Formats: sequence, C-alpha cells, structure tokens
Amino acid sequence: MMTPIVKLGELGRGHGGRIISIGGQVAGAIDAAGEGQDDLAQRLMEMGLLEGCDVQVVHEAPFGGDPIAIRVRGALVALRRSEANQIVVDTGKKGA
Amino acid sequence: MAIETPRVALAGNPNCGKTALFNALTGGRQKVGNYPGVTVERKEGTLVMPSGRVLSILDLPGTYSLDASSPDELITRDVILGLQPTERQPEILVAVADATNLERNLGLVLELKALGKRVVLALNMMDLAEKRGIELDLQALARELGVPIVPTVAVRGQGIAELIRSVEESAKAAESAEAAAAPGAWKKPSVAEIRARFAEVDRILKLVIRKPPKPALWTERIDSVVLHPLWGSLLLVGILIVMFQAIFTWAAAPAELIEAGVAWLGDSVGRGMADGPLRSLIVDGAIAGVGSVLVFLPQILLLFLFILLLEDSGYMARAAFLMDRLMSRVGLHGRAFIPLLSSYACAVPGIMATRTISNRRDRLTTILIAPLTTCSARLPVYSLLIAAFIPNTALFGPIRLQGVVMFGLYLFGIVATLVMALVLRQSVFRGPKSPLLMELPSYKWPSVRNIVLGLLERAKLFLRRAGTVILLLSVVLWFLAAYPKPRAGDPVDAAHPAITYSYAGRIGRAIEPALRPLGFDWRISVALIPGFAAREVMVSALATVYSIEGDEEAATGALTDRLAKDWSLPVALSLLTWYVLACQCLSTLAVTRRETNSWRWPAVMLLYMTALAYVGSFATYRLALWLGLH
Repeated sequence: MMTPIVKLGELGRGHGGRIISIGGQVAGAIDAAGEGQDDLAQRLMEMGLLEGCDVQVVHEAPFGGDPIAIRVRGALVALRRSEANQIVVDTGKKGA
Repeated sequence: MAIETPRVALAGNPNCGKTALFNALTGGRQKVGNYPGVTVERKEGTLVMPSGRVLSILDLPGTYSLDASSPDELITRDVILGLQPTERQPEILVAVADATNLERNLGLVLELKALGKRVVLALNMMDLAEKRGIELDLQALARELGVPIVPTVAVRGQGIAELIRSVEESAKAAESAEAAAAPGAWKKPSVAEIRARFAEVDRILKLVIRKPPKPALWTERIDSVVLHPLWGSLLLVGILIVMFQAIFTWAAAPAELIEAGVAWLGDSVGRGMADGPLRSLIVDGAIAGVGSVLVFLPQILLLFLFILLLEDSGYMARAAFLMDRLMSRVGLHGRAFIPLLSSYACAVPGIMATRTISNRRDRLTTILIAPLTTCSARLPVYSLLIAAFIPNTALFGPIRLQGVVMFGLYLFGIVATLVMALVLRQSVFRGPKSPLLMELPSYKWPSVRNIVLGLLERAKLFLRRAGTVILLLSVVLWFLAAYPKPRAGDPVDAAHPAITYSYAGRIGRAIEPALRPLGFDWRISVALIPGFAAREVMVSALATVYSIEGDEEAATGALTDRLAKDWSLPVALSLLTWYVLACQCLSTLAVTRRETNSWRWPAVMLLYMTALAYVGSFATYRLALWLGLH
C-alpha cells in the first residue's frame, strides 16, 4: 500500500487529503525568516492554502492531466502539478 | 480652500464583484485612465451622497494580499499605503468580500484593518450566499472584525444605499478624528504571520457561520462539462468558431446600414457644395475615409461583447486552465491566453491585459506576439480582399468558402503567434516557467450593466480613434493624393491617372521597387504608407486612391469590384499575408513603449514583424505564381 503522505501534484482526480506542509515547511515548525521564503509557497499561503486545510483534486486539464484544479477553502484553484508538488498532503486524513 | 472631497478606495480579492460594486456606486460617472508609468487601469468615479456631499471613489485592482507580486497588486498596495506619488491616499477603504467564500476573502480584510485605516466591509454576492444556504451572524462578524458591515448584491444594486450611508458615517468620523488617519505601517508578512492571519479568520468564522455553504452545485455541474478534458476542449473550440462566424455574419446588417448612411451623407453634402477642392476634401477625404472605418464598429463591438461575456461569466479563467498545457508547450503562461484572446479585438487592450502576468519574461513574450493575433483592424482588409477575390461558394450546409478562408487567415495568425512565442522563449527570453496559480471563480450571470458600460468604453475608444487619428490621416492622404495636380502638358489617361503626378504617386513609385518582389504595385505601396499608422486605414486609403481617380464605383463604396478587376489573385494573397504578419499600428507600438517603459521593445516588435511580413509575402506571392493562380 502507498504511503498516505504524498505530494499534491501526484494525486489523480477525485483524490485529496489534509495539507501537512507547504514549500517544504512542516506544520508547527518555527520559520526563521519570512523574507527568504520561496515566493510560490508564500503566494499559495496568501490564497489561504495552509497547513490543516483539506484539499481535493477535482479537475484535470486536457492534454496530459496538467494543470489541475483543486478545491480548497471553498474555492476552486488552478495550478500546475509541479506547483502542487510544493504542497504535501496526508491522504489518510480526509475532512468530510 | 474648501474641504477636499473625501476619497474612498475599493479593495478586494479578484472575482469578488468589486467592479460591479464600483459600477453600482458610480453609475456612468466614471473616468478610466492609467496610472502614470505603468499601464494599470485606473478607474475613478464620483458619488453624490444623500447629504449632497461628493465622494471620489477609486476602484483598485484585485489582490489576495498587500504582499504584491504583479504590477497591479503593487498599485493596490501603494495607493492604500499612500506610497503612490500621484495619488492622494484614500481616507476610507471599502473592503469587498465574496460572501460565498469568507474563508479566503476575510484574509485581506484583516490585513486592511490592521493598517489602522477606516474600513467598511461590503459583503457582496449575498444572493448567491443565500442560495447556497449560508447563514451568517452579521452582528458577530461586525463585532469580531470591529468594522461596519453592509450586505450587498452589487449586480442588482441591493444594499448600495446602505453602503453609501455607512461610508458617509465613516467619512464624517474620519473628518472629526483627523489624528487617527495616520498612515499605517506595513511590512511584508512572514509565513508565521500569514498563518496567524488565517487562524484568526477561522476563529472568527467559527463564531459567525451558523450554517456553512452547500457546495456550488451549478458551478460543479457546469464544470463537469466545461473542464472535462474532451467535452471542455470541444466546447472551447465551439465557442471560438461561433465567435468568428458571428462577427462575420451578424455584423453584416448593421455594417451595411452604416455604409449606406455614410454614402447618403457624402451624397447630400456633395450635392450642397460647389465642385472644387473643398468639396473633394470633405467628401473624398474626410467622409469617405472615416466612413470606411466606421463600418467596422459593429464587428468590433460584437467581438468585445463576446470577450466581456466570457470574462463576466467566469469562463475566461477556465479557458486559461484548458489552454495552459498547450500554451506552455510554446513557453507561454495560461494567463497569456486572455490577453492574446483580447488581442483578437485589438492588440492595445490585449497588451494592456498582460499586466496580470507577473513574470517579466512571460509578459514581454506575450506583448511581442500579441500584434500577430488577428486583431479587428485587420478585418476590414480581410473582408475587402476576400469579398473581391474569393467566390462565396457553398461548401456544405451554412459553411461557405469565404468563411473558410477567413478562418484560414485566423489560423495562420495563430500559427505565427505560437511559432514566434516558441522562438522568443528559446532565444531572447530563455528561462524557467512561472507558476500558473489562479482561482476559477464560481459561474454567474453576466451583469447587463457591466457589459453595457464595458462596450460603451470600447466604442468611445474606437470612435475617438476614428475621429482623430484616422480622420487626420484620411485628410493627409487625400492631400498627398490630390496634389500637386498634373500640369497643362501632362498626359492624363488610363495609363497615367492624375494621381501619378501627386505626392502619393511619387512616394508610392519610390518605394515600389522594394515591394515589387511581393507583387505590390504603386497603388498598394501608396496605401501602405498610411496603413503603417493603423491597419484599417489601408481600406480608406485605397478608397481615396481610387476615388481620386474619378471612379464612380469606388466613390459609392464598390471598391471590391475595382480591386477584383485591377489585382491578380497572387497579389491579393501576398497582401493578405502581409496583413497577417506586419506590425502596422502606431497605437500598438505606443502602448508597448508605455508598457515596457523602453523604446527597445517597440523597435524589436516593428523590426521582427516587418521582416516576417516581407519574407512571408514574398513566399506567398512566388508560391501562388508557381501554382498558376490568377
């Protein structure tokens, strides 16, 4: 069986889980400086994609299933799989 | 002096209905312009309050946070913080939030409030929130946020009166407590601060939401088709085909009406005047010139209607989603699809729309290829040449050869655009891809008011152009073509029409050798001169050139027949190719200069496109001759 901890970009349509880290950061860990953060991770966070949120892949684009559309915080967000790989989710924990 | 007009700025996430709220507050009383130095659209309007006081209202570009990553978002941040040098800092902020998605929208509201400015929260799209069964404790929300809250439905004007009242109260309070208006300090938030902000949002919403929203059922249903890999792609192609077919067929009747009106005007003005240079100037120069461009207003409006509908309904972002993979094959961002699609109407707004692309390389690539898309200014030339040279044979059903050729020209434009994008991304703008990351908003019915206001704005822009640049060029060209008159001893006959002796004839003959290999004679060369300023002027230029020769048919608008007689098919195909590829638009070059803040990129644009057009036309002409077309 697959480990429940995966990158979001590796999930297929209909799959999802709870975000445990973004941009290589583990929830609860103290980040030393906000300034040096990866810009993409910061932008994901500004859109409300944060640790503890439930996400689900709901659409896959034509021509190879990339980009994907994910449902998070009541919104539908489109991003490429490579970008979604910044987000690590626990597929074992799925919010209702 | 008297008290300054209090200034209110609208700020909110993208797709929260901010512009609809702005339209509802200001009605038609708005001024659209640009922030100096950057081409971020600046929309300001005025609002007369019940007390008779006047408020100035500024619509700021949508953003998720004050931590800006695109030029638009920078403007929003700088105006709010009072860092934008040309802009007075607003005293009151109206934070606009989508009531169906407070989980995310409240993040920015908290950030705005933390600045210490006066904030009024407009909880917009309340009708949709109610439809989705959300129950909110608004008093608890107001208490927790510490700001007044007004529920609104901007597209229907609901809650606007209450919002105005609340803003007025804040305006009064802002005046009486001037000390409180000290500009709030802002610092780029750390990751921990972002987390804390959204944790606060979650805490507040736990107190406020009595009933969570049901999923947006309709949006999900529609998306199961629209975003379906197969059906969604077919739908997109279908929408594009309907768009182009509509532009070509629906616009025909109003275009004919305008044509007839212009002809009537020319006739009646001409009859009321004595024959002479002044009559010629007005009838052959001004009326014929502007008239032949005005005819295309219906097509332009129709195209903008489609673009506005797609944008307002929420489809545009889906199109970007569907197209991202294909776009990224040639190194473009999915977001480039929207500016490029807008460029089908006009490259100028298209280039302006690239400001939503935050990556510089992506943006410059998109700007440089935008003028290769088939803008509506090319339509007059395409229509004219197709009508003159392509028989309107029925192929099958409603599909006719002329429509297919038109589609082919669009396809040619698309291929040229994509190939150039690839070339640019492989050479000048080499580098890693920038992220796609964007929200797909819920579907909604497009608002009639938004569409009408948008169309009026486009019509105004186009007519202003027709009324100024094109009128001026028509008159200049008329002069060049009419003077000097042939001298007494000069032979004037079919081989030496009067225009041969004019300035235009001389210029045309002078550049003819360079264009000869493309099959262009001196008449085309003459018409290309004003055509370099604006493409559609080519048609009026040809009309002027031919009507100056005293051809009655041309004067009555049947330029088509005249061209069919005068030109061979290879020449027409060569000129069509020229029009697909050449950069013949001063406005595009000017907006590129302004957007990139350098003369370098407009120069690059002009040079590469002219080279491309020359080579393309040459190849087309030779190929057509070789194939024995005539």
